Amino acid sequence: MISSTIGIWNYWIVFCLMMIGLFLVIGRKNFLKKIVGLTIFQTSVFLLYITFGKIKGGTPPILNESVDTIYSNPLPHVLILTAIVVGVATTALGLAIVLRINSEYGSVEEDDISAQDLVDYHDEIETGKSIDLKFKQ
Amino acid sequence: MISELLINAFLVTIMLSIAISLIKTRAVIFTVILTSAYSLIAALMFITLDAVDVAFTEASVGAGISTILFLAAMAYLPKKEEESISNQFIPAMSCIILGGILIWCSYDLPEIGQLTAPIHQHIAPEYIRGSKEDIGIPNIVTSVLASYRGYDTFGETIVVFTAGVAVLVLLEKKNPVKKNKSQPKQKIKKNA
Repeated sequence: MISSTIGIWNYWIVFCLMMIGLFLVIGRKNFLKKIVGLTIFQTSVFLLYITFGKIKGGTPPILNESVDTIYSNPLPHVLILTAIVVGVATTALGLAIVLRINSEYGSVEEDDISAQDLVDYHDEIETGKSIDLKFKQ
Repeated sequence: MISELLINAFLVTIMLSIAISLIKTRAVIFTVILTSAYSLIAALMFITLDAVDVAFTEASVGAGISTILFLAAMAYLPKKEEESISNQFIPAMSCIILGGILIWCSYDLPEIGQLTAPIHQHIAPEYIRGSKEDIGIPNIVTSVLASYRGYDTFGETIVVFTAGVAVLVLLEKKNPVKKNKSQPKQKIKKNA
C-alpha cells in the first residue's frame, strides 16, 4: 500500500494543481484571473502527460552511441510541445477578448458586466423594442 | 534515488505554494509574476522528468511570451481585482469533489517510471528504433515532431495562424465598431 502510494504520489500533486487552476477559472469573477487559472490548469495537464512518459533510469530521448540505453518515451513530449504553443495562442485570444470586453463595458469583473447587461435589458423592456416583449403585448 | 525524490518534493512544494498564493492575491501584477514563476518551475520539473525539449519550450514560450502578453494586456486593464461578493462555496466544493474522484481513480494508473506501462509498449519503441535510419536525426522528439507526425505540426501552425487572425479582428479599429453599436441605441431613444 505504502509503496504504491509513493509510486502514484506525483499524480496527486498534479491533480491538486489542476483543481487549483479549475477553482481560479470557476470561482474568481475577474476575467484576467480566469485566464491565469486556465494557464495553471494547462501547465498541470502538461506535467501529467510528461509524468506518464518518464521511465525510471531512462535518459532524455536523444540517441547516443551505447546500445543498451533506456530512453524515456518521446511521444508525450511531442504532444506537449504542440500543446504549449497552442496554449499560448489560446491565452492570446482570451486576452484579446478581455481587452475588447473592457473597452465595451469599462470593467473586467463578471458581476459588473452582468449588472450592466441587466440594466440594458430593463431599458429595452421600457422602450418596448425587445422582440419577445412585442409578441407578449 | 533519494536525491531525485528530494528535488521532486522541493519543486512540487514551490509549485503548490505558488498556486495557493495565486488564489490569495488580488493585485494583477503579482498574479502575472506568479504565473511566470509557475511556468519556470514547471520547466525545471520537465527537466527532472527527462523532457528537455519541453522544458526549453515551456521556459521560452510559457514563461516568456505569455508573460509578455499578460503584461501588455495588463496595461489596459484595472490594476486591482475586486473582492467578489458572491459565494465561493459551490465552486470550491465542486473542485474538491472532482479532485477526490481523480485521486481515487489514480489507483488504477500505472506506477510512475515503470517500463511495463502500456504507454511504453505501443508505438514509441518503433520511433526510437527507426529515428536514426529513417530520418537520421539523433533527437527523437524532433524527428517525430517534424517527420513522423509532420501533419500534426502543420495543424498546430494553422491553429496559431487562426488565433492570430482572430486577435487582429478583435483588436482592430475600436472606434467604428463603437459608433455602429451606439447609433441604434440613440435611434431607440428618439423613437421613444
